[in-house]
Amino acid sequence: MFRRPREDARAIVRITFDGLALEAREGDSVAAALLAAGVASCRTTPVSGAPRAPYCMMGVCFDCLVVIDGVGNKQSCLVPVREGMAVETQRGKRELGA
Amino acid sequence: MSAIREQYDVAVIGAGPAGMAAASLAARAQLSTVLFDEQAAPGGQIYRGVTQSPLRDRSILGADYWAGEKIAHEFAASGAQYVPRATVWSLTPEREIGVSIGGGSQLVQATHVVIATGALERPFPIPGWTLPGVMTAGGAQTMLKSSGIVPEGRTVLAGSGPLLWLLAWQLLNAGASVDAILDTTARESRARARPHLPAFLLSPYVWKGVKLLREVKKHVSVIADVASLEARGEGRVQSVAYTAAGAPTPLELPVDNLLLHQGVVPNVNLAMSVGIEHRWDGDQLCFVPVLTPFGGTSVPGIYIAGDGGGIAGAQAAAWRGVMSAADIVHTVHPQAATRAAKAARTTLAHFARGRRFLDAYYRPAPQFRMPAGETLVCRCEEITAQQVIDTVALGCPGPNQMKSFLRCGMGPCQGRLCGLTVTELIARERGVSPQEVGHYRLRPPVKPITVGELAELPKDDAAVKAVVRI
Repeated sequence: MFRRPREDARAIVRITFDGLALEAREGDSVAAALLAAGVASCRTTPVSGAPRAPYCMMGVCFDCLVVIDGVGNKQSCLVPVREGMAVETQRGKRELGA
Repeated sequence: MSAIREQYDVAVIGAGPAGMAAASLAARAQLSTVLFDEQAAPGGQIYRGVTQSPLRDRSILGADYWAGEKIAHEFAASGAQYVPRATVWSLTPEREIGVSIGGGSQLVQATHVVIATGALERPFPIPGWTLPGVMTAGGAQTMLKSSGIVPEGRTVLAGSGPLLWLLAWQLLNAGASVDAILDTTARESRARARPHLPAFLLSPYVWKGVKLLREVKKHVSVIADVASLEARGEGRVQSVAYTAAGAPTPLELPVDNLLLHQGVVPNVNLAMSVGIEHRWDGDQLCFVPVLTPFGGTSVPGIYIAGDGGGIAGAQAAAWRGVMSAADIVHTVHPQAATRAAKAARTTLAHFARGRRFLDAYYRPAPQFRMPAGETLVCRCEEITAQQVIDTVALGCPGPNQMKSFLRCGMGPCQGRLCGLTVTELIARERGVSPQEVGHYRLRPPVKPITVGELAELPKDDAAVKAVVRI
Protein backbone atom coordinates (compact mmCIF):
# COMPACT_ATOMS: atom_id res chain seq x y z
CA MET A 1 0.00 0.00 0.00
CA PHE A 2 1.36 3.37 -1.02
CA ARG A 3 0.26 6.97 -1.15
CA ARG A 4 1.18 9.98 -3.23
CA PRO A 5 2.79 13.14 -1.85
CA ARG A 6 0.40 15.84 -0.67
CA GLU A 7 1.85 18.28 -3.14
CA ASP A 8 2.70 17.25 -6.66
CA ALA A 9 2.92 19.85 -9.40
CA ARG A 10 3.23 17.31 -12.19
CA ALA A 11 0.43 17.00 -14.75
CA ILE A 12 -2.22 14.31 -14.33
CA VAL A 13 -2.09 11.41 -16.80
CA ARG A 14 -5.06 9.07 -17.15
CA ILE A 15 -4.49 5.38 -17.78
CA THR A 16 -6.57 2.23 -17.30
CA PHE A 17 -5.71 -0.99 -15.50
CA ASP A 18 -7.86 -3.99 -16.49
CA GLY A 19 -10.41 -1.47 -17.76
CA LEU A 20 -10.56 0.63 -14.58
CA ALA A 21 -9.60 4.29 -14.87
CA LEU A 22 -6.57 5.40 -12.81
CA GLU A 23 -4.93 8.76 -12.32
CA ALA A 24 -1.17 8.91 -12.60
CA ARG A 25 1.32 11.76 -12.83
CA GLU A 26 3.61 12.67 -15.65
CA GLY A 27 6.97 11.04 -15.03
CA ASP A 28 5.54 8.07 -13.11
CA SER A 29 6.53 4.63 -14.28
CA VAL A 30 3.55 2.39 -14.97
CA ALA A 31 4.58 0.21 -12.00
CA ALA A 32 4.69 3.19 -9.61
CA ALA A 33 1.32 4.42 -10.90
CA LEU A 34 -0.27 1.00 -10.31
CA LEU A 35 1.12 0.71 -6.78
CA ALA A 36 0.10 4.27 -5.89
CA ALA A 37 -3.43 3.48 -7.11
CA GLY A 38 -3.66 0.51 -4.76
CA VAL A 39 -3.18 -2.26 -7.32
CA ALA A 40 -2.05 -5.29 -5.31
CA SER A 41 -0.74 -7.51 -8.07
CA CYS A 42 0.07 -6.97 -11.75
CA ARG A 43 0.79 -10.46 -13.05
CA THR A 44 0.50 -14.16 -12.32
CA THR A 45 3.44 -16.51 -12.82
CA PRO A 46 3.58 -18.97 -15.73
CA VAL A 47 4.70 -21.76 -13.37
CA SER A 48 2.20 -21.80 -10.49
CA GLY A 49 -0.14 -18.92 -11.27
CA ALA A 50 0.91 -17.09 -8.09
CA PRO A 51 0.20 -13.36 -7.98
CA ARG A 52 3.21 -11.04 -8.15
CA ALA A 53 3.79 -7.32 -7.80
CA PRO A 54 6.67 -5.01 -8.70
CA TYR A 55 9.65 -5.97 -6.53
CA CYS A 56 12.84 -4.15 -7.59
CA MET A 57 11.52 -1.11 -9.53
CA MET A 58 14.78 -0.93 -11.48
CA GLY A 59 14.33 -3.34 -14.36
CA VAL A 60 16.06 -6.46 -13.03
CA CYS A 61 13.41 -8.71 -11.41
CA PHE A 62 10.71 -8.92 -14.11
CA ASP A 63 7.97 -9.29 -11.52
CA CYS A 64 6.29 -6.12 -12.81
CA LEU A 65 5.49 -7.59 -16.23
CA VAL A 66 2.16 -6.38 -17.65
CA VAL A 67 0.34 -6.05 -20.96
CA ILE A 68 0.54 -2.47 -22.27
CA ASP A 69 -1.72 -1.42 -25.16
CA GLY A 70 -2.06 -5.06 -26.15
CA VAL A 71 1.66 -5.90 -26.01
CA GLY A 72 2.68 -8.39 -23.32
CA ASN A 73 5.88 -8.88 -21.29
CA LYS A 74 6.39 -5.16 -20.72
CA GLN A 75 8.49 -4.24 -17.68
CA SER A 76 6.11 -1.71 -16.15
CA CYS A 77 8.86 -0.17 -14.00
CA LEU A 78 10.72 0.91 -17.17
CA VAL A 79 7.76 2.38 -19.06
CA PRO A 80 6.59 5.93 -18.28
CA VAL A 81 2.81 6.47 -18.20
CA ARG A 82 1.19 8.04 -21.25
CA GLU A 83 -2.30 9.52 -21.54
CA GLY A 84 -4.83 6.85 -22.53
CA MET A 85 -2.49 3.92 -21.95
CA ALA A 86 -4.34 0.62 -21.44
CA VAL A 87 -2.55 -1.60 -18.94
CA GLU A 88 -3.67 -5.13 -18.19
CA THR A 89 -2.68 -7.90 -15.82
CA GLN A 90 -0.35 -10.35 -17.49
CA ARG A 91 -1.59 -13.87 -16.77
CA GLY A 92 1.21 -16.39 -17.06
CA LYS A 93 3.26 -16.32 -20.24
CA ARG A 94 2.92 -13.65 -22.86
CA GLU A 95 0.48 -14.73 -25.54
CA LEU A 96 1.90 -15.03 -29.03
CA GLY A 97 0.85 -12.16 -31.23
CA ALA A 98 0.27 -10.02 -28.16
CA MET B 1 16.83 13.31 -30.14
CA SER B 2 19.44 13.22 -32.86
CA ALA B 3 19.85 10.06 -34.91
CA ILE B 4 22.02 7.29 -33.58
CA ARG B 5 25.17 6.83 -35.60
CA GLU B 6 26.75 3.56 -36.59
CA GLN B 7 30.09 4.41 -35.03
CA TYR B 8 31.33 6.31 -31.97
CA ASP B 9 34.67 6.85 -30.29
CA VAL B 10 33.14 6.10 -26.91
CA ALA B 11 29.91 4.34 -25.94
CA VAL B 12 28.86 4.44 -22.29
CA ILE B 13 26.19 2.11 -20.93
CA GLY B 14 24.31 3.40 -17.90
CA ALA B 15 23.50 6.96 -16.75
CA GLY B 16 24.38 6.71 -13.08
CA PRO B 17 27.23 8.75 -11.59
CA ALA B 18 29.98 6.65 -13.22
CA GLY B 19 28.40 6.66 -16.67
CA MET B 20 27.53 10.36 -16.65
CA ALA B 21 31.00 11.37 -15.42
CA ALA B 22 32.73 9.15 -17.98
CA ALA B 23 30.59 10.41 -20.87
CA SER B 24 31.05 14.06 -19.83
CA LEU B 25 34.83 13.81 -19.75
CA ALA B 26 35.04 11.93 -23.05
CA ALA B 27 32.70 14.34 -24.84
CA ARG B 28 34.49 17.41 -23.52
CA ALA B 29 37.71 15.97 -24.94
CA GLN B 30 36.02 16.05 -28.36
CA LEU B 31 35.56 12.30 -28.63
CA SER B 32 32.26 11.34 -30.24
CA THR B 33 30.38 9.95 -27.26
CA VAL B 34 27.02 8.25 -26.81
CA LEU B 35 25.39 7.17 -23.56
CA PHE B 36 22.67 4.50 -23.60
CA ASP B 37 20.48 4.19 -20.53
CA GLU B 38 17.49 2.04 -19.78
CA GLN B 39 15.66 4.62 -17.68
CA ALA B 40 13.64 7.58 -18.92
CA ALA B 41 15.82 10.16 -17.13
CA PRO B 42 19.46 10.32 -16.08
CA GLY B 43 20.70 9.52 -12.56
CA GLY B 44 20.94 5.75 -12.44
CA GLN B 45 19.47 4.26 -9.27
CA ILE B 46 21.36 6.33 -6.70
CA TYR B 47 20.37 9.65 -8.30
CA ARG B 48 17.14 8.30 -9.72
CA GLY B 49 14.87 11.11 -10.92
CA VAL B 50 17.35 13.80 -9.84
CA THR B 51 16.41 16.04 -12.80
CA GLN B 52 12.65 15.57 -12.47
CA SER B 53 11.76 14.54 -8.90
CA PRO B 54 8.50 16.13 -7.71
CA LEU B 55 9.95 16.47 -4.19
CA ARG B 56 10.55 20.19 -3.76
CA ASP B 57 11.71 19.94 -0.16
CA ARG B 58 15.35 18.98 -0.51
CA SER B 59 15.70 17.94 3.09
CA ILE B 60 13.57 14.82 2.43
CA LEU B 61 16.13 12.96 0.32
CA GLY B 62 19.16 14.81 1.73
CA ALA B 63 22.17 16.63 0.31
CA ASP B 64 23.97 13.46 -0.80
CA TYR B 65 21.13 12.72 -3.23
CA TRP B 66 21.02 16.23 -4.65
CA ALA B 67 24.77 16.11 -5.29
CA GLY B 68 23.75 14.08 -8.33
CA GLU B 69 22.14 17.16 -9.89
CA LYS B 70 25.55 18.70 -10.60
CA ILE B 71 26.79 15.55 -12.32
CA ALA B 72 23.59 15.38 -14.39
CA HIS B 73 23.88 19.06 -15.41
CA GLU B 74 27.53 18.66 -16.37
CA PHE B 75 26.59 15.62 -18.40
CA ALA B 76 23.75 17.47 -20.16
CA ALA B 77 26.14 20.32 -21.08
CA SER B 78 29.01 18.06 -22.13
CA GLY B 79 27.95 17.41 -25.71
CA ALA B 80 27.63 13.66 -25.18
CA GLN B 81 24.66 12.16 -27.02
CA TYR B 82 22.17 10.89 -24.44
CA VAL B 83 19.82 8.08 -25.43
CA PRO B 84 17.30 7.29 -22.67
CA ARG B 85 14.96 4.27 -22.63
CA ALA B 86 17.59 2.34 -24.55
CA THR B 87 18.18 -1.26 -23.52
CA VAL B 88 21.60 -2.66 -24.40
CA TRP B 89 21.07 -6.38 -24.96
CA SER B 90 24.41 -7.38 -26.39
CA LEU B 91 28.03 -6.33 -26.47
CA THR B 92 30.71 -8.25 -28.35
CA PRO B 93 34.46 -8.32 -27.57
CA GLU B 94 34.83 -6.35 -30.84
CA ARG B 95 32.68 -3.68 -29.16
CA GLU B 96 29.59 -3.97 -31.32
CA ILE B 97 26.58 -3.00 -29.23
CA GLY B 98 23.05 -4.29 -29.78
CA VAL B 99 20.60 -1.76 -28.41
CA SER B 100 16.81 -1.73 -28.36
CA ILE B 101 15.08 1.64 -28.55
CA GLY B 102 11.31 2.08 -28.81
CA GLY B 103 10.72 -1.53 -29.86
CA GLY B 104 13.36 -1.56 -32.62
CA SER B 105 16.99 -2.62 -32.42
CA GLN B 106 20.19 -1.44 -34.00
CA LEU B 107 23.88 -2.22 -33.93
CA VAL B 108 26.43 0.41 -32.94
CA GLN B 109 30.21 0.10 -33.19
CA ALA B 110 32.39 1.82 -30.59
CA THR B 111 36.16 2.18 -30.32
CA HIS B 112 35.88 2.24 -26.52
CA VAL B 113 33.08 1.06 -24.28
CA VAL B 114 32.47 1.98 -20.65
CA ILE B 115 30.08 -0.40 -18.89
CA ALA B 116 28.51 1.58 -16.05
CA THR B 117 25.57 -0.65 -15.24
CA GLY B 118 26.05 -0.28 -11.51
CA ALA B 119 24.68 -2.48 -8.82
CA LEU B 120 21.52 -4.28 -7.84
CA GLU B 121 20.28 -5.33 -4.44
CA ARG B 122 21.63 -8.63 -3.19
CA PRO B 123 19.01 -11.38 -3.39
CA PHE B 124 17.20 -11.75 -0.06
CA PRO B 125 15.58 -15.18 -0.31
CA ILE B 126 13.34 -15.60 2.74
CA PRO B 127 10.09 -17.59 2.84
CA GLY B 128 7.37 -15.47 1.23
CA TRP B 129 9.66 -12.95 -0.46
CA THR B 130 7.62 -13.27 -3.67
CA LEU B 131 4.34 -12.16 -2.04
CA PRO B 132 2.87 -8.88 -3.26
CA GLY B 133 3.54 -6.27 -0.60
CA VAL B 134 7.13 -7.45 -0.21
CA MET B 135 9.53 -5.21 -2.07
CA THR B 136 13.17 -4.24 -1.96
CA ALA B 137 14.08 -1.17 0.08
CA GLY B 138 15.68 0.17 -3.09
CA GLY B 139 12.38 -0.28 -4.92
CA ALA B 140 10.52 1.77 -2.33
CA GLN B 141 13.27 4.38 -2.47
CA THR B 142 12.92 4.58 -6.26
CA MET B 143 9.22 5.40 -5.92
CA LEU B 144 10.04 8.10 -3.37
CA LYS B 145 12.79 9.67 -5.49
CA SER B 146 11.04 9.62 -8.84
CA SER B 147 7.39 10.11 -7.87
CA GLY B 148 7.31 11.15 -4.21
CA ILE B 149 5.27 8.01 -3.48
CA VAL B 150 5.65 6.52 0.03
CA PRO B 151 4.42 3.35 1.75
CA GLU B 152 1.12 3.65 3.59
CA GLY B 153 -0.16 1.39 6.36
CA ARG B 154 2.01 -0.78 8.56
CA THR B 155 5.51 -0.73 7.14
CA VAL B 156 8.45 -2.80 8.32
CA LEU B 157 12.00 -2.61 7.00
CA ALA B 158 14.09 -5.74 7.40
CA GLY B 159 17.71 -6.61 6.74
CA SER B 160 20.94 -4.71 7.12
CA GLY B 161 23.19 -2.19 5.44
CA PRO B 162 23.44 1.58 5.04
CA LEU B 163 20.62 1.82 2.48
CA LEU B 164 18.09 0.35 4.92
CA TRP B 165 18.78 3.14 7.41
CA LEU B 166 18.94 5.81 4.74
CA LEU B 167 15.54 4.75 3.41
CA ALA B 168 14.03 4.79 6.93
CA TRP B 169 15.36 8.32 7.42
CA GLN B 170 14.05 9.50 4.05
CA LEU B 171 10.62 7.94 4.61
CA LEU B 172 10.35 9.66 8.00
CA ASN B 173 11.37 12.95 6.37
CA ALA B 174 8.63 12.45 3.78
CA GLY B 175 6.03 12.02 6.52
CA ALA B 176 5.61 8.26 6.12
CA SER B 177 5.54 6.00 9.14
CA VAL B 178 8.01 3.18 9.67
CA ASP B 179 6.66 0.77 12.28
CA ALA B 180 9.82 -1.26 12.88
CA ILE B 181 13.26 -2.13 11.60
CA LEU B 182 14.19 -5.79 11.90
CA ASP B 183 17.97 -5.60 11.92
CA THR B 184 19.60 -8.81 10.68
CA THR B 185 23.18 -7.57 11.11
CA ALA B 186 24.97 -10.54 12.67
CA ARG B 187 26.85 -10.24 15.94
CA GLU B 188 29.82 -12.17 14.48
CA SER B 189 30.05 -9.70 11.59
CA ARG B 190 30.12 -6.78 13.96
CA ALA B 191 32.98 -8.39 15.86
CA ARG B 192 34.86 -9.17 12.66
CA ALA B 193 34.56 -5.55 11.56
CA ARG B 194 36.34 -4.18 14.64
CA PRO B 195 39.90 -4.25 13.21
CA HIS B 196 38.71 -2.01 10.35
CA LEU B 197 37.16 0.54 12.71
CA PRO B 198 40.11 2.98 12.88
CA ALA B 199 40.15 3.41 9.10
CA PHE B 200 36.38 3.83 9.09
CA LEU B 201 36.57 6.56 11.72
CA LEU B 202 38.67 8.57 9.26
CA SER B 203 36.25 8.03 6.38
CA PRO B 204 33.75 10.62 5.11
CA TYR B 205 30.81 8.39 6.10
CA VAL B 206 31.16 8.24 9.87
CA TRP B 207 29.41 11.30 11.23
CA LYS B 208 26.68 11.32 8.64
CA GLY B 209 26.02 7.68 9.45
CA VAL B 210 25.98 8.14 13.20
CA LYS B 211 23.61 11.11 12.96
CA LEU B 212 21.28 9.26 10.63
CA LEU B 213 21.14 6.15 12.83
CA ARG B 214 20.44 8.24 15.89
CA GLU B 215 17.58 10.10 14.21
CA VAL B 216 15.97 6.92 12.91
CA LYS B 217 16.23 5.18 16.27
CA LYS B 218 14.46 8.12 17.89
CA HIS B 219 11.31 7.44 15.84
CA VAL B 220 11.38 3.76 14.96
CA SER B 221 11.41 0.64 17.08
CA VAL B 222 14.54 -1.29 16.12
CA ILE B 223 14.73 -5.01 16.81
CA ALA B 224 18.36 -6.15 16.73
CA ASP B 225 19.98 -9.55 16.17
CA VAL B 226 17.13 -10.88 14.03
CA ALA B 227 18.13 -14.41 13.04
CA SER B 228 15.23 -15.47 10.82
CA LEU B 229 12.57 -13.79 8.71
CA GLU B 230 9.43 -15.04 7.02
CA ALA B 231 6.85 -13.08 5.04
CA ARG B 232 3.40 -14.56 5.57
CA GLY B 233 0.05 -14.01 3.93
CA GLU B 234 -2.56 -15.26 1.48
CA GLY B 235 -2.23 -13.57 -1.90
CA ARG B 236 -0.28 -10.70 -0.34
CA VAL B 237 1.89 -10.15 2.70
CA GLN B 238 -0.06 -9.84 5.96
CA SER B 239 2.63 -10.36 8.56
CA VAL B 240 6.32 -10.88 9.08
CA ALA B 241 7.55 -13.57 11.47
CA TYR B 242 11.01 -13.25 12.96
CA THR B 243 13.20 -14.67 15.66
CA ALA B 244 15.15 -12.26 17.81
CA ALA B 245 18.20 -13.09 19.87
CA GLY B 246 17.32 -14.93 23.04
CA ALA B 247 13.70 -15.57 22.03
CA PRO B 248 13.04 -19.27 21.44
CA THR B 249 9.85 -18.83 19.41
CA PRO B 250 9.21 -16.60 16.41
CA LEU B 251 7.36 -13.35 16.96
CA GLU B 252 4.98 -11.92 14.41
CA LEU B 253 4.25 -8.37 13.29
CA PRO B 254 1.27 -7.49 11.11
CA VAL B 255 2.42 -5.61 7.98
CA ASP B 256 1.07 -4.05 4.82
CA ASN B 257 4.54 -3.41 3.38
CA LEU B 258 7.70 -5.39 4.02
CA LEU B 259 10.82 -3.76 2.58
CA LEU B 260 13.89 -5.99 2.34
CA HIS B 261 17.54 -5.10 1.91
CA GLN B 262 20.90 -6.73 2.58
CA GLY B 263 23.38 -4.74 0.58
CA VAL B 264 24.11 -4.26 -3.09
CA VAL B 265 26.24 -6.28 -5.50
CA PRO B 266 27.62 -5.56 -8.98
CA ASN B 267 25.21 -6.04 -11.87
CA VAL B 268 27.44 -8.41 -13.83
CA ASN B 269 25.16 -9.63 -16.61
CA LEU B 270 26.42 -7.50 -19.49
CA ALA B 271 30.08 -7.67 -18.44
CA MET B 272 30.04 -11.45 -18.02
CA SER B 273 28.28 -11.94 -21.35
CA VAL B 274 31.23 -10.29 -23.14
CA GLY B 275 33.58 -12.74 -21.45
CA ILE B 276 35.19 -10.24 -19.07
CA GLU B 277 37.14 -12.07 -16.36
CA HIS B 278 35.48 -12.00 -12.92
CA ARG B 279 36.55 -13.35 -9.57
CA TRP B 280 34.75 -14.17 -6.34
CA ASP B 281 35.22 -11.43 -3.74
CA GLY B 282 35.15 -13.08 -0.31
CA ASP B 283 34.69 -9.76 1.50
CA GLN B 284 31.78 -8.48 -0.60
CA LEU B 285 30.43 -12.01 -1.22
CA CYS B 286 29.84 -11.54 -4.92
CA PHE B 287 31.55 -11.79 -8.29
CA VAL B 288 33.50 -8.71 -9.30
CA PRO B 289 35.34 -8.03 -12.56
CA VAL B 290 39.14 -8.07 -12.59
CA LEU B 291 40.09 -4.45 -13.32
CA THR B 292 43.10 -2.21 -13.88
CA PRO B 293 43.27 0.96 -11.72
CA PHE B 294 41.52 2.72 -14.62
CA GLY B 295 38.68 0.21 -14.81
CA GLY B 296 40.14 -1.58 -17.83
CA THR B 297 38.94 -5.18 -18.18
CA SER B 298 40.37 -8.37 -19.64
CA VAL B 299 38.71 -7.41 -22.96
CA PRO B 300 40.69 -4.67 -24.77
CA GLY B 301 38.79 -1.41 -25.22
CA ILE B 302 36.10 -2.28 -22.66
CA TYR B 303 36.06 -0.59 -19.25
CA ILE B 304 33.87 -1.00 -16.21
CA ALA B 305 33.25 2.07 -14.06
CA GLY B 306 31.26 2.51 -10.85
CA ASP B 307 29.70 -0.09 -8.59
CA GLY B 308 29.59 -2.63 -11.43
CA GLY B 309 33.32 -2.98 -10.81
CA GLY B 310 32.87 -3.73 -7.08
CA ILE B 311 30.83 -1.79 -4.55
CA ALA B 312 32.40 1.51 -3.48
CA GLY B 313 29.42 3.90 -3.39
CA ALA B 314 28.04 6.78 -5.44
CA GLN B 315 30.73 9.38 -4.86
CA ALA B 316 33.49 6.94 -5.72
CA ALA B 317 31.49 5.83 -8.77
CA ALA B 318 31.67 9.26 -10.41
CA TRP B 319 35.44 9.35 -9.91
CA ARG B 320 35.81 5.85 -11.26
CA GLY B 321 33.96 7.07 -14.36
CA VAL B 322 36.48 9.89 -14.63
CA MET B 323 39.36 7.42 -14.33
CA SER B 324 38.07 5.21 -17.15
CA ALA B 325 37.34 8.13 -19.45
CA ALA B 326 40.73 9.68 -18.65
CA ASP B 327 42.45 6.48 -19.73
CA ILE B 328 40.51 6.57 -23.01
CA VAL B 329 41.12 10.29 -23.58
CA HIS B 330 44.80 9.80 -22.84
CA THR B 331 45.34 8.64 -26.42
CA VAL B 332 44.10 12.03 -27.69
CA HIS B 333 45.03 14.63 -25.05
CA PRO B 334 47.64 13.09 -22.77
CA GLN B 335 48.06 16.14 -20.53
CA ALA B 336 44.44 16.93 -19.70
CA ALA B 337 43.70 13.30 -19.05
CA THR B 338 46.60 12.84 -16.67
CA ARG B 339 45.41 15.78 -14.58
CA ALA B 340 41.89 14.40 -14.31
CA ALA B 341 43.16 10.93 -13.44
CA LYS B 342 45.43 12.26 -10.72
CA ALA B 343 42.59 14.16 -9.04
CA ALA B 344 40.37 11.09 -9.32
CA ARG B 345 42.95 8.80 -7.77
CA THR B 346 43.41 11.01 -4.70
CA THR B 347 39.67 11.35 -4.17
CA LEU B 348 39.08 7.64 -4.68
CA ALA B 349 41.53 6.78 -1.93
CA HIS B 350 39.51 9.08 0.34
CA PHE B 351 36.24 7.29 -0.39
CA ALA B 352 37.81 3.82 -0.26
CA ARG B 353 38.65 4.47 3.38
CA GLY B 354 36.21 2.70 5.64
CA ARG B 355 34.79 0.47 2.93
CA ARG B 356 36.24 -2.68 4.46
CA PHE B 357 34.58 -1.85 7.76
CA LEU B 358 31.19 -1.49 6.08
CA ASP B 359 31.69 -4.73 4.11
CA ALA B 360 32.60 -6.64 7.26
CA TYR B 361 30.04 -5.03 9.56
CA TYR B 362 27.11 -5.52 7.18
CA ARG B 363 28.21 -8.93 5.88
CA PRO B 364 24.89 -10.74 5.41
CA ALA B 365 24.50 -13.82 7.61
CA PRO B 366 24.65 -17.25 5.89
CA GLN B 367 21.00 -18.15 6.54
CA PHE B 368 19.88 -15.05 4.62
CA ARG B 369 22.12 -15.85 1.66
CA MET B 370 21.61 -19.61 1.54
CA PRO B 371 18.01 -20.44 2.39
CA ALA B 372 16.61 -23.87 3.17
CA GLY B 373 13.59 -26.04 2.43
CA GLU B 374 10.69 -24.66 0.44
CA THR B 375 12.03 -21.11 0.24
CA LEU B 376 12.11 -19.99 -3.39
CA VAL B 377 15.59 -19.35 -4.73
CA CYS B 378 14.67 -18.65 -8.36
CA ARG B 379 11.67 -16.33 -8.40
CA CYS B 380 11.07 -16.68 -12.15
CA GLU B 381 10.98 -20.47 -12.42
CA GLU B 382 9.87 -21.00 -8.80
CA ILE B 383 12.71 -23.31 -7.79
CA THR B 384 13.23 -24.00 -4.08
CA ALA B 385 16.41 -24.21 -2.05
CA GLN B 386 15.73 -27.89 -1.35
CA GLN B 387 15.50 -28.63 -5.08
CA VAL B 388 18.91 -27.03 -5.64
CA ILE B 389 20.42 -28.92 -2.68
CA ASP B 390 18.92 -32.26 -3.81
CA THR B 391 20.21 -31.71 -7.34
CA VAL B 392 23.75 -31.12 -6.08
CA ALA B 393 23.42 -34.45 -4.26
CA LEU B 394 22.59 -36.08 -7.61
CA GLY B 395 26.00 -34.96 -8.85
CA CYS B 396 25.18 -31.63 -10.47
CA PRO B 397 28.40 -29.63 -10.00
CA GLY B 398 27.56 -26.08 -11.08
CA PRO B 399 24.99 -23.42 -11.99
CA ASN B 400 25.00 -24.18 -15.72
CA GLN B 401 24.18 -27.83 -15.17
CA MET B 402 21.57 -26.73 -12.63
CA LYS B 403 19.78 -24.94 -15.47
CA SER B 404 19.39 -28.24 -17.35
CA PHE B 405 18.07 -30.03 -14.27
CA LEU B 406 15.77 -27.37 -12.85
CA ARG B 407 15.53 -24.40 -15.25
CA CYS B 408 16.65 -22.16 -12.37
CA GLY B 409 18.15 -18.96 -13.74
CA MET B 410 16.40 -19.44 -17.09
CA GLY B 411 13.44 -17.11 -16.54
CA PRO B 412 13.22 -13.53 -17.76
CA CYS B 413 15.49 -12.10 -15.02
CA GLN B 414 18.31 -14.30 -16.37
CA GLY B 415 19.70 -15.19 -12.97
CA ARG B 416 19.94 -11.64 -11.64
CA LEU B 417 17.81 -12.52 -8.61
CA CYS B 418 19.13 -16.06 -7.98
CA GLY B 419 22.68 -16.27 -9.36
CA LEU B 420 24.55 -15.57 -6.14
CA THR B 421 22.22 -17.76 -4.08
CA VAL B 422 22.62 -20.74 -6.42
CA THR B 423 26.42 -20.38 -6.57
CA GLU B 424 26.74 -20.14 -2.79
CA LEU B 425 24.34 -23.05 -2.17
CA ILE B 426 26.23 -25.31 -4.59
CA ALA B 427 29.58 -24.27 -3.12
CA ARG B 428 28.44 -25.01 0.40
CA GLU B 429 26.93 -28.38 -0.53
CA ARG B 430 30.04 -29.41 -2.44
CA GLY B 431 32.44 -28.00 0.16
CA VAL B 432 34.28 -25.89 -2.41
CA SER B 433 34.69 -22.15 -2.93
CA PRO B 434 32.19 -20.04 -4.91
CA GLN B 435 35.14 -19.14 -7.17
CA GLU B 436 35.42 -22.80 -8.17
CA VAL B 437 31.66 -23.15 -8.71
CA GLY B 438 31.44 -19.99 -10.79
CA HIS B 439 28.39 -18.07 -11.99
CA TYR B 440 25.76 -18.90 -14.61
CA ARG B 441 27.23 -18.58 -18.08
CA LEU B 442 25.56 -15.44 -19.35
CA ARG B 443 24.91 -14.92 -23.01
CA PRO B 444 23.35 -12.22 -25.16
CA PRO B 445 20.65 -11.09 -25.36
CA VAL B 446 21.15 -10.06 -21.72
CA LYS B 447 17.69 -8.50 -21.73
CA PRO B 448 14.76 -10.16 -23.53
CA ILE B 449 13.99 -8.84 -27.02
CA THR B 450 11.55 -10.27 -29.53
CA VAL B 451 12.62 -12.53 -32.39
CA GLY B 452 11.04 -9.92 -34.67
CA GLU B 453 13.45 -7.30 -33.39
CA LEU B 454 16.41 -9.59 -34.06
CA ALA B 455 15.13 -10.45 -37.54
CA GLU B 456 14.86 -6.79 -38.52
CA LEU B 457 18.54 -6.10 -37.80
CA PRO B 458 20.67 -5.36 -40.86
CA LYS B 459 22.34 -8.53 -42.14
CA ASP B 460 25.49 -8.92 -44.17
CA ASP B 461 25.88 -11.38 -47.07
CA ALA B 462 27.57 -14.03 -44.96
CA ALA B 463 24.74 -14.05 -42.42
CA VAL B 464 22.10 -14.39 -45.15
CA LYS B 465 24.00 -17.20 -46.90
CA ALA B 466 24.37 -19.04 -43.62
CA VAL B 467 20.62 -19.62 -43.39
CA VAL B 468 19.27 -19.37 -46.96
CA ARG B 469 19.36 -22.46 -49.16
CA ILE B 470 20.01 -21.56 -52.78
